[in-house]
Amino acid sequence: MPTIALSSPTDWAGWRNAARILCAQNVPPEMVDWHCGAGQAGLFTDAQWSPPNTREGSTDPVRVPRGFLGLSRLVICHRDEQRFARLYRLLVRLQRERGLLGNAADPDMDWANKCAKSVGRDRHKMHAFVRFRKVGERDGRERFAAWFEPDHRIVELATPFFVRRFPNMDWAILTPERSAVWQGETLRYGEGASRSDVPDADVVEAEWKAYFAAIFNPARLKVTAMTAEMPRKYWRNLPEADLIPSLIAEADDRSTAMRTSSVTDPSALSRRILRQS
Amino acid sequence: MFHTVEYVQQMAVKTVIQKLQILADAAKYDASCASSGTSKRNALGTKGIGSTEGMGICHAYAPDGRCISLLKVLLTNFCTFDCRYCVNRVSSNVERARFTPDELVRLTLDFYKRNYIEGLFLSSGIIRSPDYTMEQIVEVARSLREDHGFLGYIHLKSIPEASPELIEMAGRYADRLSINVELPGTEGLRQYAPDKSEAVIRGAMHNVWQGIEDNRDARKSRLLRRAKPPRFAPGGQSTQMIVGADASDDQQILTSSTGLYSRYKLRRVYYSAYSPIPDASADLPPIRPPLVREHRLYQADWMLRFYGFGVEEIMAGGSAGMLDLTIDPKLAWALVHREWFPVDINRASREKLLRVPGLGPTAIGKLLSARRHARLRLNDLARLTSSVKKLLPFIEAADWSPGSLTDSPGLAAHITSPAEQLSLF
Repeated sequence: MPTIALSSPTDWAGWRNAARILCAQNVPPEMVDWHCGAGQAGLFTDAQWSPPNTREGSTDPVRVPRGFLGLSRLVICHRDEQRFARLYRLLVRLQRERGLLGNAADPDMDWANKCAKSVGRDRHKMHAFVRFRKVGERDGRERFAAWFEPDHRIVELATPFFVRRFPNMDWAILTPERSAVWQGETLRYGEGASRSDVPDADVVEAEWKAYFAAIFNPARLKVTAMTAEMPRKYWRNLPEADLIPSLIAEADDRSTAMRTSSVTDPSALSRRILRQS
Repeated sequence: MFHTVEYVQQMAVKTVIQKLQILADAAKYDASCASSGTSKRNALGTKGIGSTEGMGICHAYAPDGRCISLLKVLLTNFCTFDCRYCVNRVSSNVERARFTPDELVRLTLDFYKRNYIEGLFLSSGIIRSPDYTMEQIVEVARSLREDHGFLGYIHLKSIPEASPELIEMAGRYADRLSINVELPGTEGLRQYAPDKSEAVIRGAMHNVWQGIEDNRDARKSRLLRRAKPPRFAPGGQSTQMIVGADASDDQQILTSSTGLYSRYKLRRVYYSAYSPIPDASADLPPIRPPLVREHRLYQADWMLRFYGFGVEEIMAGGSAGMLDLTIDPKLAWALVHREWFPVDINRASREKLLRVPGLGPTAIGKLLSARRHARLRLNDLARLTSSVKKLLPFIEAADWSPGSLTDSPGLAAHITSPAEQLSLF
């Protein structure tokens, strides 16, 4: 039984390489054992089994619809332990069932689509909820750092967005398992970090909080609509979230006051403007 | 005219935070916060900052459930107009403030660098003159784009009375321009916004639409291929109507929207439930915002744009010119048009499927693709859409027929759950 050891939990290139060879050799999905992590160097670790040389064999080329590449890249980032095996099963099925990718009612496709959606959502939330704090300046470049806790293993997937957006500042995004550092012209990935590696405040946060409080309309309180899109698990890393409990608590009194306060007369200044305009 | 000295006196002591409190509070009655659908671009290889990648991003949500995507503020809430529904009308005694263009540029960049926002939505009260005000608005956008290489999203409110040259400049820096019609009819405007004119508003919308069209033609032109003209409001044009401040009914509002969508090719019409404001005018109702009505109007608006319904059809599900508040308008239409149902999900066209309550364009796309592989059963359908239960009275599947359920008199009561609807207030 072939045992495949991948170099990291998100080793898409390694998975693709192995899966392509296995599939070309018609190795059935249930025969493959997928592993990943440190200490398991080498693609094929099973002494009993080694990949036949594909160049010599007269195997059919492995083909997939283009959409499968993007789909599998997303699914690899999911925390589902079975992701390598189930993606391989999809790859094998796709060789016979050419239209499978478009069949959202198929259970394997349903699983893959749900994983991809959940990873995509996680990435979107990371793009939205990362909050940089200024660390200082060096060589005329501003430097920032952020702490974020994603659900899935999306640091490599999500950080190129920040490069495209902020190429002219230096920044680090730290997460418990992985970190990404952009300095000058290179993006480097490294080990996980801890919250205390990031400053605990930024001067601009006072302005941001003032804005967050002022843009809220107390007459339209809809807490569930807020938490549906900004679940509580994100709050501890959002500076503005500190204000939410008091904004909710005061909302009813504030909106009642607006409805019941008596009508005032225009001031002398506004009367004069009214006359002039 | 307005005296500069007076507002300088009023503002001299205010900090940026105090100004933010006043000028964000004054801007929050504008519902739009969209940052999507503009040209795709990023700062790689430039000295600047920012990107837009098609999808908008909501960086936070306020406890009112609204997305915070942009720094949405007024340049100033001083205003010479006296629109009754507006918190900034001249006769109100709310506290006034004014940002300098530099302060706004600094705030936008500081917020953007910390990943709080996608960009800026700038509007303003009318001070001195419409042209003077518009110049100030344009100056903020110009400075962001030209002095700081800012590539994030910019939405500018165009002042209808401002000169076309200024609107032209605004369109060059902005992703989106908007002009609020505020009230759907001429009569409402005359009564509640005496300084505004429907003709002027429509003329300004026409000019923006023309600007967008001309720009698109010019960019497509073969002759100009070597040097493409700068873009003009690539995110299009939008507007807003206030719901519940005047006597307009839903039919009038939706008819007005249909006209605006077709005449000026608007991207969006926003509906904003009239919300009590600090120091309100005496001739406005001291009501709670009609949030359910606003929600139903958005649903109806979606039906107009993505589901192929006409206003008359939608209103058939309501009564006396108003949509039914207890159920969504598509379900309301289906309940008075039982003869359309059940729809066979394995055979029906896209157009017919779009009429099924609970089925939307995304689920239908997946369904059409999936049914090429096999005749769909309810289990399959459960993987394509979130709630099969809602669909049951209206569809046939390989293993399901609703029988007499579709035409049963108790269907409406069975589907409606009034307790849940009421909690929305």
